[in-house]
Amino acid sequence: MKLKSLADLDRVKEEGLRLLYPERMKICVGTATCGLAAGAGKVAETFRRMIDELKLDAEIEETGCIGFCQNEPIVTVYRPGRAKLVYCSVTPKKAEELARQLAEGEPTYDGTLGRILHEKALLTGDDKVLSKNGAGSGEGDVPDLDEIPFYRKQLKIALRNCGYINPNDIRHYIARGGYYTLRKVLTEWKPDDTIEEVSKSGLRGRGGGGFATGRKWRYCRNAQGDKHYVICNADEGDPGAFMDRSLLEGDPHSMIEGMIIGAFAVGSDEGYIYVRNEYPQAIRKLTRALEECHEYGLLGDDIFGTGFSFDITINRGGGAFVCGESTALMASLEGKVGEPRAKYIHTVEHGLRDQPSCLNNVETWANVPAVMGKGADWFASIGTGGSKGTKVFSLVGDIQNTGLIEVPMGISIREVLEDIGGGVGKGRRFKAVQTGGPSGGTILVDVKGATVRAEPGTGAYTVGVVPESLLDLPIDFDSLTEAGSMMGSGGLIVMDNTSCMVDVARYFLNFLTEESCGKCLPCREGLRQMVAILDRICDGKGEHGDIELLEELGNVVMDTSLCALGGTAANPPLSTIRYFRDEYEAHIYDKKCPAGVCKALITFGIDPETCTGCGLCLKACPTEAIFTRAAKPGESTPKLRKGRELHDITQDKCIKCGACFEACKFDAVHKE
Amino acid sequence: MATEAALEPDIDFAPAEALIDEYMHNREATIALLQDVQTHYGYLPRPVLELVSKRLELPYTQLFALATFYRAFSLEPRGRHLINVCTGTTCHVRGAPLLLDALERECGCKAGETTKDGRFTIETVNCVGACALAPVMVIDEEAHGRLTQAKLKKVLDQYE
Repeated sequence: MKLKSLADLDRVKEEGLRLLYPERMKICVGTATCGLAAGAGKVAETFRRMIDELKLDAEIEETGCIGFCQNEPIVTVYRPGRAKLVYCSVTPKKAEELARQLAEGEPTYDGTLGRILHEKALLTGDDKVLSKNGAGSGEGDVPDLDEIPFYRKQLKIALRNCGYINPNDIRHYIARGGYYTLRKVLTEWKPDDTIEEVSKSGLRGRGGGGFATGRKWRYCRNAQGDKHYVICNADEGDPGAFMDRSLLEGDPHSMIEGMIIGAFAVGSDEGYIYVRNEYPQAIRKLTRALEECHEYGLLGDDIFGTGFSFDITINRGGGAFVCGESTALMASLEGKVGEPRAKYIHTVEHGLRDQPSCLNNVETWANVPAVMGKGADWFASIGTGGSKGTKVFSLVGDIQNTGLIEVPMGISIREVLEDIGGGVGKGRRFKAVQTGGPSGGTILVDVKGATVRAEPGTGAYTVGVVPESLLDLPIDFDSLTEAGSMMGSGGLIVMDNTSCMVDVARYFLNFLTEESCGKCLPCREGLRQMVAILDRICDGKGEHGDIELLEELGNVVMDTSLCALGGTAANPPLSTIRYFRDEYEAHIYDKKCPAGVCKALITFGIDPETCTGCGLCLKACPTEAIFTRAAKPGESTPKLRKGRELHDITQDKCIKCGACFEACKFDAVHKE
Repeated sequence: MATEAALEPDIDFAPAEALIDEYMHNREATIALLQDVQTHYGYLPRPVLELVSKRLELPYTQLFALATFYRAFSLEPRGRHLINVCTGTTCHVRGAPLLLDALERECGCKAGETTKDGRFTIETVNCVGACALAPVMVIDEEAHGRLTQAKLKKVLDQYE
């Protein structure tokens, strides 16, 4: 049933609204990859079984994630006329209990994260009030979901539908305003005006480099070629970042609609989505979404009867990080090895198959319907002078509230870490946050920390480590760059005092060495040598002069690499040396690892003052390095249980695996 | 090449032929073809690569370059279950290296290798995007999060 008119869209919207807010109970389970990894599959199964068993008049819906990954599996209970109740950390057992309670009457409010009294759809402006008397009858102390600290400072534009819709039912997407913008653009706007509006909005690439989207579209449109291509970079290779994955699993149509609008603007009839191999669910959801688009006439010939034709093909990556870089990605699309090429040839002029190509990140595309739907002025009213709109971040690592967030540009890093993230764990100290990722911009930082140059149109992997002293920086493309860091694709990996910065630098260099395509000798060999030096340092064999050697090698690699993988590879060691030099010196001169990470420099021990003699460590030890003994004369053992013996470690059998440290519930095992 | 082919288990070429027929017209889709071959056979058998080379008139070295450049491809047969240990930054910070060590001890083989009984192949992967639940392991496309060394054995027991 191909959509041709506004009336067609309205009809589907009505259908979608009935599905979103049915006349009976609906139990929504978040089954994106992170939900499934936490056990949501079994939870959904349990609900299905219980609905059958109890003959409950209810349906199950599988949705994407609402971003609070810390609390997965998350289940939302909808009942007509009642506020939605959002439950967190749901287990199959809790699901069973909940189902029984719902069958009999009121469910418990234990285990709720929050309630939703009304749902506003960003694009339509419709505000669906869920609770009749407006006060959420009977939910007592359940807070409003958007008032809880994790959500209070967020603003969802790209993630506007994630977690609230069935991602593989286009009717849900249309019910919340989807594809209305596309229709408006195709029937009422011209390509040049569309580009002008996107430029006016200030939208910048969300893949990491922040190149002005409108400008990129204009260059592409104006470039000469037989064909123009639009490409979606869904390669999201940056470890720690899963913004794009969530978007594709939770709301694939938002990205597709953006791409179709972009294709119209630049004059393209052929588009590609390059999705990394490691995201099978995203690939499945996208495939299904494209099928739906064909069914509804949103892709193919004569879209909305305007004569504009466009179609999209999905290409899977092969597991190569460098293919997130635009020229390598295009080489891969052509069936070749993903080797990048020189950037003075711009891909907007000579990209895929040497034709003008417009490549944008998933999140950038997802913003487009909002920009065109609500207008450039609206978009530009959010954010800062140079960075408009919002940014999606994955807040992970050593932080209390891990998950996916979307915040207006200009919010400080501190607010994100403390207000939204809830700070680091109890008894831990914040150390650094790593930002960085592949994108459309390169920021090169020299040893003294001054920005050397920024180049558009290149792919970059930049790691900037932001120490405590810089936490009040606003999150904004330019402020972060000036401070020697970078916005990146959105990964915010928090590290506390249990992370060793030398180990972190080694980790990144190792990663880059593996992912280097090998074309440029300094990158290929230089990175390898840098890893060798760092291995020596972490092994306790560091020498005087190693730090200087790392800096020298790092600079050579940066100056002589063709692409930004090598071009920014030195940032991990350089920024960690810059802010954490004392840790390097401790490793080299004192042969100590202050964070307790580098195996060769630490020893595990059991504190007789805290040991209860429970024996969990002995059970966990894979090499029988743990033995029991009586207390030595003068040793105080206040926690030792009656009839038990102290546990201790034989150092020459210990392989530093950490299993005892993990197993001990009394913090008796320590590292030094 | 002939000796290598002799060391491979008996390959049924029919599925490969069918896949090649599908992709004949589109040279750019070589990577996609190899991905389908890998999905079917579990790896890229050298005789099949030779067949692809012959029929698509592509140099064998070019196919070999693709097979070795992209991590997703394997030139060796894999175990019944593929374990992908995520070694992304967040998983690294949350204990992936020690978890990998424990897995290698449990399976009796290192990353990149297959257990003697052909049950598991261990590979590392650079981020599956489930960072909030680090450390993560994906076994046969099923993701397991919030892992600890203690939970490892139970997770592995779920797979024959």
